[in-house]
Amino acid sequence: MSLTHLERLEAESIHIMREVVAEAERPVMLYSVGKDSAVMLHLARKAFFPAPPPFPLLHVDTTWKFRAMYELRDEAARDAGMELLVHHNPEAQEKGINPFDHGALHTDMWKTEGLKQALDKWGFDAAFGGARRDEEKSRAKERIFSFRSANHRWDPKNQRPELWHLYNARKNKGESMRVFPISNWTELDIWQYIHLEGIRIVPLYFAAPRPTVERDGLLLMVDDDRFPLRPGETPQMRSVRFRTLGCYPLTGAVESTATTLPEVIQETLLTTTSERQGRAIDKDAGGAGMEKKKQEGYF
Amino acid sequence: MSEALDTEAVYRTDALIAEDIEKYLDVHQHKTMLRFITCGSVDDGKSTLIGRLLYDSKMIFEDQLAALEADSKKVGTQGQEIDFALLVDGLAAEREQGITIDVAYRFFATEKRKFIVADTPGHEQYTRNMVTGASTADLAVILVDARKGVLTQTKRHSYLAHLIGIRNIVLAVNKMDLVGYSREVFDKIVADYRAFAASIGIADFVALPISGFKGDNITSLSPNTPWHAGPTLMAHLETVEIEASADAEKPFRMAVQWVNRPNLDFRGFSGLISAGKVRPGDAIRVLPSGKTSTISRIVTLDGDLKEAVAGQSVTLCLADEIDCSRGDVIAAADAPVQAADQFEAVIVWMDEQPMLPGRPYWLKLGTQTVSATVTEPKYQVNVNNMDHLAAKTLELNAIGACNIATDRRIPFEPYAENRDLGGFILIDKMTNATVGAGMIHFALRRADNVHWQSTDISREHHAAMKNQKPAVVWLTGLSGAGKSTIANLVEKKLARMNRHTFLLDGDNVRHGLNKDLGFTAADRVENIRRVGEVAKLMTDAGLIVVTAFISPFRAERDMVRGMMQPGEFFEVFIDTPLAEAERRDVKGLYKKARAGQLKNFTGIDSPYEAPVAPEMRIDTTAMTPEEAADAIIRALIP
Repeated sequence: MSLTHLERLEAESIHIMREVVAEAERPVMLYSVGKDSAVMLHLARKAFFPAPPPFPLLHVDTTWKFRAMYELRDEAARDAGMELLVHHNPEAQEKGINPFDHGALHTDMWKTEGLKQALDKWGFDAAFGGARRDEEKSRAKERIFSFRSANHRWDPKNQRPELWHLYNARKNKGESMRVFPISNWTELDIWQYIHLEGIRIVPLYFAAPRPTVERDGLLLMVDDDRFPLRPGETPQMRSVRFRTLGCYPLTGAVESTATTLPEVIQETLLTTTSERQGRAIDKDAGGAGMEKKKQEGYF
Repeated sequence: MSEALDTEAVYRTDALIAEDIEKYLDVHQHKTMLRFITCGSVDDGKSTLIGRLLYDSKMIFEDQLAALEADSKKVGTQGQEIDFALLVDGLAAEREQGITIDVAYRFFATEKRKFIVADTPGHEQYTRNMVTGASTADLAVILVDARKGVLTQTKRHSYLAHLIGIRNIVLAVNKMDLVGYSREVFDKIVADYRAFAASIGIADFVALPISGFKGDNITSLSPNTPWHAGPTLMAHLETVEIEASADAEKPFRMAVQWVNRPNLDFRGFSGLISAGKVRPGDAIRVLPSGKTSTISRIVTLDGDLKEAVAGQSVTLCLADEIDCSRGDVIAAADAPVQAADQFEAVIVWMDEQPMLPGRPYWLKLGTQTVSATVTEPKYQVNVNNMDHLAAKTLELNAIGACNIATDRRIPFEPYAENRDLGGFILIDKMTNATVGAGMIHFALRRADNVHWQSTDISREHHAAMKNQKPAVVWLTGLSGAGKSTIANLVEKKLARMNRHTFLLDGDNVRHGLNKDLGFTAADRVENIRRVGEVAKLMTDAGLIVVTAFISPFRAERDMVRGMMQPGEFFEVFIDTPLAEAERRDVKGLYKKARAGQLKNFTGIDSPYEAPVAPEMRIDTTAMTPEEAADAIIRALIP
């Protein structure tokens, strides 16, 4: 009997999670409510069954996620029997940092700084993240166990070699690890697994009529009344869905009629643009945008 | 020409997706996975080949392609044509330098398989990166430039792939377009390679004439090489047998990662099965304890399993309440793994700091982490011609055979039989860096043949006769800090108190026991190890041992601490600033060191690692040696 590629990927991810729980003092799972997070959470439930996953979920929130994401977030944590921690960067909150007025600063303060604050606040020494190596070029080179200095920096030239199934999780006080259990999954693997395992995902991944405006080449959904309409902009109902989910003012929708998972997968396979293309974040600083963000501590 | 054929292959997949997505999903669900590594020198066209595989399997999207076309014109090396290499050269630094600097993983899939490619650079750091990439690979593609033939690098890559235990080797003779698709050129390269491969023990390989740049024999047979009957590179990758499936036929082994104990009624042992299969009712043995039981359940979220096989992550329940924890190995009762504490292994050194024979490192094998020391290499391998060389240590990227001693018996298997239970990493205890990787050849016989002889007069008895508690008062500090002076006073005062003592002094020991040792880092480590063992024997005899050694490295002081009973090791940091010690310069050594007449002098050209949490710190600028000795004795004998 030969294991299928999804069975091998699943076994690898479970193995990684158990290593972290065995070796780290205070692990946490970063949970962003997207499809990758959903798969990661499902794998965690498998890894520790019949016990609930022995760590909390952490959502580093920007207050600008889609409403549907907040709903699923709270239910998913409850279903898994896990504690849900939510962190808002108080400084960003106080200054009213938002994606409309502050551009890159929005991501930097809410997400990058917010994440560091949250990890420090609760003293987590290992944080699971749902990043995949196929997403972006600098991720392709990152280890599964990614070591961070006491000030959360990633040094791409000084990574620990990772051999066989052996992960070196040793660190000094104050230092931490980011761990990516689904590093070797591709977008298609994720969809396939969600389909196979019947994992619940945010309805925004399926097409439905939604109020949208077209702005700077992106199709943006007007998810609440904080969305400042520019002169001449009127939200129009379009049948759209989302390939990735982030802050709603930064996440472009695609026009679609795919209302079932096989249809979504079908569209994904036949599509001709890459997944992160709907996100504004990768386009800063030319081709090296993500690498720069990662060095500074972004996931 | 070949371009047109490629497009056709892609189109067929698209048609299925469009017409019958459910069927496509079903096909995709039953795919297997192949992990492989591509090895080549800087100009062999490795990145171009990987870029080509991604492109031909439609893993490149329009926006990426548009960016690629723009980049190709800006920084590409292929003129106006698409430079596939840019797709895979990820980090900003390397895009500027035009080289890949680390291991990167790429993904693509066809209708039959999902592929993970480890892409490793062909330049200086090759050994570390290639060994890392190869450690999880089922197959290696060795790239040769058709114009250059089998080079030193080709041999080096093949040796490393073979060393890591990859049995599926593909010799891809690339850039065939640049030699006019000449069959003679190809045949000559294959013949050269065959002779070399046989000499290092590679039994078999598949040779393919290709062009990554033009696409010949990648996904479809090229009309330019009518003399090549096949397969294409992709066809071979899609059909070659995966080694992991062969592991299922071996006896059962699973290293315990984590004990799952949510409540008093459940106790499961979680791990990744590294070989064989397991069913409820199977008799098992837990190593190293040797205790036996039977499997009662195989628990998963999807319900209990009737059988689990190599490659699966499971949770096993046992019929009996026996001791079993992280690091143990659960194995078939009638074919258990061995356990030992001394091994011969091949080590690949991966750190800028050379290996220090005698220094304790963390050794992680399977799910166990133990303290281990490595001997001087028996030989180092010249990776260019596989000659064995004499060596005192291993530098970055060096490979050699060494003996390893662990501080306790660990279950293992020879690497050739099981990668998971025979491969290990070495971790520096100070920096926590992964400094080396190793592969166990076999356990040393002497591990089995040397036993502890139990003696009737115990260490407690020795100590009781002297009416004292044995201890090691370990003075550490720079040369000239005052260690010997203070140690001498401490011993005199203890003697006056009728305590049985012995003073081990650095200089004195080097006249006898350690006169074969110099002052290199490796020799300093061995010096301290021997002193530690002597001190241990003396505490067994009930003595209070006072030592005065610079002992500059934390790792070795911690090693000696680990040899003693808890509470017996009393570390005293004789803290004298370098400037002060140099001003005193009682033996005139600093002057010599500064003049360059004395190499490896602590504080000058060799580091001193101050204790982090010593039992006591003596500031010699604030007290006299008499006061220091009194303070030590007060703390030692309250």
